[in-house]
Amino acid sequence: MTMAATHAGPGERAGHYRYRHVARTEWVKLRSLRSTWWTLGITVCGATAMAVVIGLNTRNAGGDLTNNALAGVVPGLLLTGVLGVLMMTGEYTSGMIRATLAAVPRRGLVLAAKAAVFGIVALAAGEAAAFISFVAGGAALRHDIAAPALTQPGVLRSVLLAGASFSLVGLLGLGLGAIVRHTAAAIAVLVGGVYLAAQFVGAMAAGVAGYMPVLIIANSLTTTKPENCSPRSALCPHFLSPWAGLGMLCLYAAVVLGIGAWLLARRDA
Amino acid sequence: MIEARGLTKRFGSRLAVDALSFDVRPGRVTGFLGPNGSGKSTTMRLILGLDHPDAGHAAIGGRRYRDLGWPLREVGALLEARAWHPGRTARSHLAALAASNGIGRRRVDEVLGMAGLAGVAGQRAGKFSLGMAQRLGIAAALLGDPPVLLLDEPVNGLDPAGIHWIRDLLRTMAAQGRTVFVSSHLISEMALMAEHVVVIGQGRLLAHAPVADLAGGAPSLEDAFLRLTGTSTEYRAEGA
Repeated sequence: MTMAATHAGPGERAGHYRYRHVARTEWVKLRSLRSTWWTLGITVCGATAMAVVIGLNTRNAGGDLTNNALAGVVPGLLLTGVLGVLMMTGEYTSGMIRATLAAVPRRGLVLAAKAAVFGIVALAAGEAAAFISFVAGGAALRHDIAAPALTQPGVLRSVLLAGASFSLVGLLGLGLGAIVRHTAAAIAVLVGGVYLAAQFVGAMAAGVAGYMPVLIIANSLTTTKPENCSPRSALCPHFLSPWAGLGMLCLYAAVVLGIGAWLLARRDA
Repeated sequence: MIEARGLTKRFGSRLAVDALSFDVRPGRVTGFLGPNGSGKSTTMRLILGLDHPDAGHAAIGGRRYRDLGWPLREVGALLEARAWHPGRTARSHLAALAASNGIGRRRVDEVLGMAGLAGVAGQRAGKFSLGMAQRLGIAAALLGDPPVLLLDEPVNGLDPAGIHWIRDLLRTMAAQGRTVFVSSHLISEMALMAEHVVVIGQGRLLAHAPVADLAGGAPSLEDAFLRLTGTSTEYRAEGA
């Protein structure tokens, strides 16, 4: 085996692939697709455009101007969510999953690497979207309305958490992709679970509406003060505090990714 | 060296692979023959740990696939054509796989050259013809310079020059002492390429013999194959 000896001698053959190798693979995969950069670019531009439009149409300083500037977060989440789904289902569509799992037979490592790489990339894009929206939304306000500043109470927190929510919904999509494996079905579950379920649950059981992902993001994460009305009112649900909301979203993502990892390891590829 | 011991895989009520045992030895090309749907691809997926067997096990050099330290440096596999994202370039696809097993970028360019893809390495692989797609799949199998090669229908879609290339490549690999296991439904190609064959039908082992012995009792390897698998087709009819 002369050829084998030149490329992988006995010394090189010792050892084992590690998490960092798998993470590098996932990074190369993610960055080598143009669709990744288009989707993230549109996420940032879309959220910013929405902040500008709302800023221009703001007539008075009443209400939460920070929350207004971050209004593009909730619709924009769909893009990182879908990107997360595709990171997994795209491999099933093409058959790449079998090459991936033949290269890295410890499957949990594959999903963990995808989650870390995509989580960080989506977090960076999400924070960019949140901060640029915040600045652009403030700049678009009329001159007689004071733009919110990051130094005001709760403002920095809500901008930071808005950025994090892109990443968390993206991870939710990744986990759903691992569970469902088909792109269209996984996107349907994501949209149903994140957007539509909130409508039904909000109407039927106001008590738990505050636990719906989209309402956590809109009413807990991206506000300077969670809006709460009388707990006795059936029509006005109780919303989680920003940090409790963040914890809840992390929990959702962790549970969905955990189930995804378990199924990935158990099922035939 | 690939060992299969009592490999069994059931899909619902259908037995796809039925207590299959065989050895694939280094230093020669071993053909894997069987009619369509006889369980060849499933067997290969079981060896690679992609499907979980219902019974039995497979080992590569005495170890289960999932316990290999650097899988791509120990086993190179081609399972299906176009098993990559169409938007990625050939080079990026190989670079991604290489990174997982600590294989350097130089080796990526090397296998692109070996597969005759150096000129199109920067093109999106989704635009590749079937022949180019097969070459990229083979380049991926060669990435880790593995002592064991497992190729499912590698000549599919290749033109005569491509078939000649793969035949020479696999013979050279075997002559270097590597284990080469190749499935095909093209018997004539197998007769030219392989020294030893494993024949299955209905997921069961029908023959495990040198090509010369198998073809010896019949006018050709094709006749021997049809005689063997004809029995398994009858078995199928009885079972139905």
